[in-house]
Amino acid sequence: MLIIKDLHAEINGKEILKGINLKINAGEVHAIMGPNGSGKSTLSAVLAGNQNFKVTQGEITYQGKNLLTQTIDERANEGIFLSFQYPVEIPGVSMINFLKTAINSQRKHNNLRPFSSAEFLKYMREMQNLVELKSDLANREVNVGFSGGEKKRNEIFQMAMLKPKLAILDETDSGLDIDALRIVANGVNKLKTPKSSTIVITHYQRLLDFIVPDIVHILYDGKIVKTAGKELALELEEKGYNWIIEGVDNQINK
Amino acid sequence: MDLLSKYIEKYKSLNQYYQKSDTEFFKNIREKSLEKLERFNIPIEKNEKYKYTKIESVLKNEYEFILDEKNVNINLNDYFQCQIKDLDTHVILLSNGIFYKNNKNKLSTPQNVIICSIKEASIKYPEIINKYYNSLSQENDDFFSNLNSLFANDGLFVYVPENVKISKALQIINITHGFENKNLFTRNLFILEENTELSVIFCNHTLNNSNTFIINVTESIVGENASFKCYVIQNEHNQSIVNNFHFIDLAKNSSVNSLELLLHGKILRNNIFVKLHEENSNVNLYGLGLADKEQIFENYTLIDHIAENCKSFELYKNILDDFAVCSFEGKIIVEKNAQKTTAYQSNKNICLTSDAKMRTKPQLEIYADDVKCSHGSTVGQLDTEALFYLQQRGINYKEASQMLMFAFANDVLNYIDVEALKNKISDLINSRLRGELSDKCNCLIGCGK
Repeated sequence: MLIIKDLHAEINGKEILKGINLKINAGEVHAIMGPNGSGKSTLSAVLAGNQNFKVTQGEITYQGKNLLTQTIDERANEGIFLSFQYPVEIPGVSMINFLKTAINSQRKHNNLRPFSSAEFLKYMREMQNLVELKSDLANREVNVGFSGGEKKRNEIFQMAMLKPKLAILDETDSGLDIDALRIVANGVNKLKTPKSSTIVITHYQRLLDFIVPDIVHILYDGKIVKTAGKELALELEEKGYNWIIEGVDNQINK
Repeated sequence: MDLLSKYIEKYKSLNQYYQKSDTEFFKNIREKSLEKLERFNIPIEKNEKYKYTKIESVLKNEYEFILDEKNVNINLNDYFQCQIKDLDTHVILLSNGIFYKNNKNKLSTPQNVIICSIKEASIKYPEIINKYYNSLSQENDDFFSNLNSLFANDGLFVYVPENVKISKALQIINITHGFENKNLFTRNLFILEENTELSVIFCNHTLNNSNTFIINVTESIVGENASFKCYVIQNEHNQSIVNNFHFIDLAKNSSVNSLELLLHGKILRNNIFVKLHEENSNVNLYGLGLADKEQIFENYTLIDHIAENCKSFELYKNILDDFAVCSFEGKIIVEKNAQKTTAYQSNKNICLTSDAKMRTKPQLEIYADDVKCSHGSTVGQLDTEALFYLQQRGINYKEASQMLMFAFANDVLNYIDVEALKNKISDLINSRLRGELSDKCNCLIGCGK
């Protein structure tokens, strides 16, 4: 589904990603872990097409096509969904209007006729139930006045609406209490299909108790320094990042 | 010859005309205005308020004046048909600012409400006209408002007697028409006695794209416990320059809401002067401007808190595209005795291009010590993070920008409480932001032929 080869990216002239290689097959859940500042969020931003980051080298192939030439909305309509670490508040834009526009953009992209208001509302209610989202959130302005937990649940709600092929969850666990974490994780698991893939970006192993990864990568200083099965996350939780970082630094020094 | 000399010469040439039709009261006003004007600093651009407008250089044409209805040979009823569904109003027609008597829609306002031309009122109700006409504007030292007092000959007069509440809004359709290069001095006088309610909607239309300079003065005297709402929709054309003055005086426990929508014109300038001269009164001023091409929109407000326990609130927003230039200048004065004043002012602007220019100047002058006052102004671009967020959900850049612009504008429209009007304007602004309305469309509001 996704192949990243030797990806380098920078922001304001500062190189953040220094040669990422990653392959994700349909149906797989990959966890990307790593200490602060290692480039995790940059990787998700580059995949989504954020123009603040400049790709200087390497390539990304998504569903057999070059991803880097596609616009942000094209990528989204092709099934890439980014659950934001800090969802943006948009005063004056209602959730309903926002979601309806988003859904109908996607349907147009897929050569489907737009949803009527009734169809849309019915679909929205179904998805709200699926992710256990209180109905009044949908009547409010996008993320405005939402608590931290509500914002994250709102992201998963949008994910339910848009049914992505590749979901990137950027620090979705940050700011969530344990109950909210469970609800969010349940939502993600319910939405999982054998054809869809997920990238879970996180600091902690905690979320991975609920969303079990097939493969765990450790990102450090813009590179993936270790890749293993789900047991790697447990090992990290126990030993911290230092044992890996030291290993990497030692190798460089040699 | 400078602008002032030109106008003075013009006044002298019209002297006979005025002598014939004026009452003593009006003769007196003209003389005083002339005196004031003769003392005025020329050029006008030396005046801080007009520093950036360059209005004098724009006004180089020789203008013809339209001072009465003699030149009206068209039937306005043929030209006007409001297309806003469910907008139930009392329709008043003005022809070049002058009350149009042959309006086929008979007014069904309560019996003792007076709606007529100022000229007619000055003969029938001299005690009212002599008491109120020019009573608020005479203190003003603006060049153009004084020019209006010098030349204005007629206009709309509305008098709401005690305890009368007019539930349906008065929709005032001013149709500007006639020859090229005209200068209009239009005038409105609203008097709301104690315990009254009145809403007015001004819709300004033009029948042709001729060069027009309009100086309008509206005076509103709002009595105790009265409520006045005034919506102004300015949708002129590329050759239209409008300098609009609204003087508002509020008595005890009264409230005023004013909303101005600046949609199209070469130069549109709105000046509002508010006096809160008795306690517990409340004024809300709102403005929204959508400027593009080389349009110039300006808002000037002056709120004078004279008495205690009064509230004022201002929200002005602009979206500037292409080479548009807009300005906001808002002054709040809290006088020594105006304790417990609450005054908030907010001016927010979005410049879509790097060529668009916005100037904003909040001013507070506070002489009382127990007050809550604040002001804020911002000039910025569309929120790039919000744009990215919307695009990441599959919405393309153009549509995402329009959603953000509409959200920005809609904030002001929420203060229109005539539902049908709000919905229509909301739709229109939506299509305007989508670029669906062509430049040639003079009639954004969708009424008239």
